Amino acid sequence: MPSGSPQPTAVPAVSKRPRHTKRQLQEWRQGYVFLLPAVIILGIFIGISAIFVIYLSFCKVNLFTNSYSFVRLDNYLRLFQDEYARTALLNSLKFSVVVVPCQTIIALVIASVLNSKIRGKTFFRAVYFLPTLTSSSALTIIFMFMFSVTGPINTILINMGVLPEGGGINFLNNPAVALQVIMVMNIWSTVPQYTTMYLASLQDLPASLYEAADIDGAGTFEKFKSITIPYLKPITTYVLLTGIIGTLQMFDQAYIFSNGSGGPANSTLTVSLMVYRYAFGTTNAMGYASTIAIVLALVIMAVSLIAEKLNAAEKWY
Amino acid sequence: MKSKKKAGRVALYVVLILYAFITLYPFLWMVAASFKPLREIVGGNMSLISENMTLDNYTTIFGHSSLFPRWFLNSLFVATVGTVINVFINSMAGYSLSCLNYPGRNKIHHALLLLMMIPGQVLLIPNYLLLKEFGMLDSYMALILPAAANIGNIFLMRQFFMNFPHDVAEAAEIDGLNRYGVFFRIAMPLARPTIATTAIFGFMGFWNAFTAPMLYIKTDTKYTLTLGLQSFQSQNAGTMWNQVMAAACISVVPIIIIYLIFNKFFLVGLRMDGEK
Repeated sequence: MPSGSPQPTAVPAVSKRPRHTKRQLQEWRQGYVFLLPAVIILGIFIGISAIFVIYLSFCKVNLFTNSYSFVRLDNYLRLFQDEYARTALLNSLKFSVVVVPCQTIIALVIASVLNSKIRGKTFFRAVYFLPTLTSSSALTIIFMFMFSVTGPINTILINMGVLPEGGGINFLNNPAVALQVIMVMNIWSTVPQYTTMYLASLQDLPASLYEAADIDGAGTFEKFKSITIPYLKPITTYVLLTGIIGTLQMFDQAYIFSNGSGGPANSTLTVSLMVYRYAFGTTNAMGYASTIAIVLALVIMAVSLIAEKLNAAEKWY
Repeated sequence: MKSKKKAGRVALYVVLILYAFITLYPFLWMVAASFKPLREIVGGNMSLISENMTLDNYTTIFGHSSLFPRWFLNSLFVATVGTVINVFINSMAGYSLSCLNYPGRNKIHHALLLLMMIPGQVLLIPNYLLLKEFGMLDSYMALILPAAANIGNIFLMRQFFMNFPHDVAEAAEIDGLNRYGVFFRIAMPLARPTIATTAIFGFMGFWNAFTAPMLYIKTDTKYTLTLGLQSFQSQNAGTMWNQVMAAACISVVPIIIIYLIFNKFFLVGLRMDGEK
């Protein structure tokens, strides 16, 4: 972004007198007027909010009496002995460890297949893109239906003989599998977004590399292994980090799936859902919830800083 | 060599078709279930087509006693108003940051870059408290106002206006347009493709938003579609899957129509997204 590029203004850049022309003052005014609405909105709902949440994280908030009392580092210390937080963190980590590699590998494969010379590219691309268009609530509800006791997944498993007749698993209420269902759903719904990232990067891959490999008689799989994957290494790092951020922030799907409870038996309680439950649940612990949100935000900002750095490095390469 | 190559091609198509099926399968079920009677859906019938296809589910959710039409209109209202406001605020700010010179411009630019780093999640609690303070909870304002400007889109517009030729502006001024006219009559129309991209993604964002309506809206007549869908589902005593699926279908349709019409803008927007 050439932010320091010379501006072709009619006004000479070096003016002898510090006075400004009428024209210039008009331009200033227009500049401020045009920027004002954005600055007010962003200033209040991001700027002031960010400072406010830091303040809240040192407070005990009582929403009913609308009083904030300063409790110093209590909230931060509480975080270290919180069983509930440990469960949520563990669930989120489990979630990331499974979802991030899966979504990355599937996206990589799909993108490289889409990038090869095939017929019906536009059609396939349009189909693959569908989950991105759909709201998290519609998606989650469709999946809850698919995985309900009498739903299609159970029927398939029974027909295949994996499960006994009438022995459908209650995926939604079984703590052993509930999180796995959300993992499947999340992978399914996030793959398109990463596929597009890969596709964008693949479009810059010089065709001559493949042609050279063709002359050497390399097969499809060999080309994928020794050209595509190494070429996509930088963007893969970026996709992985973006995936980590995405999974750490995952909220809607877990909320809808468990109707906000994080159940059954806290098995779908993610970090974001825990923040929600502390802040807006019956516990009335907004200060403590702010503390957790800040810690999560710091982790996310650190990961995205690394991602930005890597991405920039790749561009200059 | 030749047969090896052929096998490779077949494998490509197998992967493509398999994944297309995996992607489509839940949607096919959604559509199929929305036309079936409930008893058949929960009966474990695996065929997508049934002899008892019916429109009853749709007539029920659009019926008199149903809040669904109301939710649909609420979503339409919030998404449309929110998007229009966004288009103006973002393009004005983008224009200001690129085509106009005034003291403090770079400072504001850097401040915006800094604000962009803050993850939205951490802002939910303070935003809630602020909206409560403003008396805006349980109103559409709570859904529109905090999202009325978008830093990413401001930078996108700025990027576009950087190439806005200055002599065009000057010529227009000679022709008697004032500097505000130059923006609304010339700069904005020129930026139509970029504006369309931001508007489409903006509309989609409002339409599909779940967290904000869930936190801020309490009265069921003010629900948006996404929130309504969820409440539909979580209503006690056995989910009416047939009606829920019909409702889900209707909620997806507008976005799919937009996608089909504005396909090329989606690709542009995604490329930008990927290269962020």
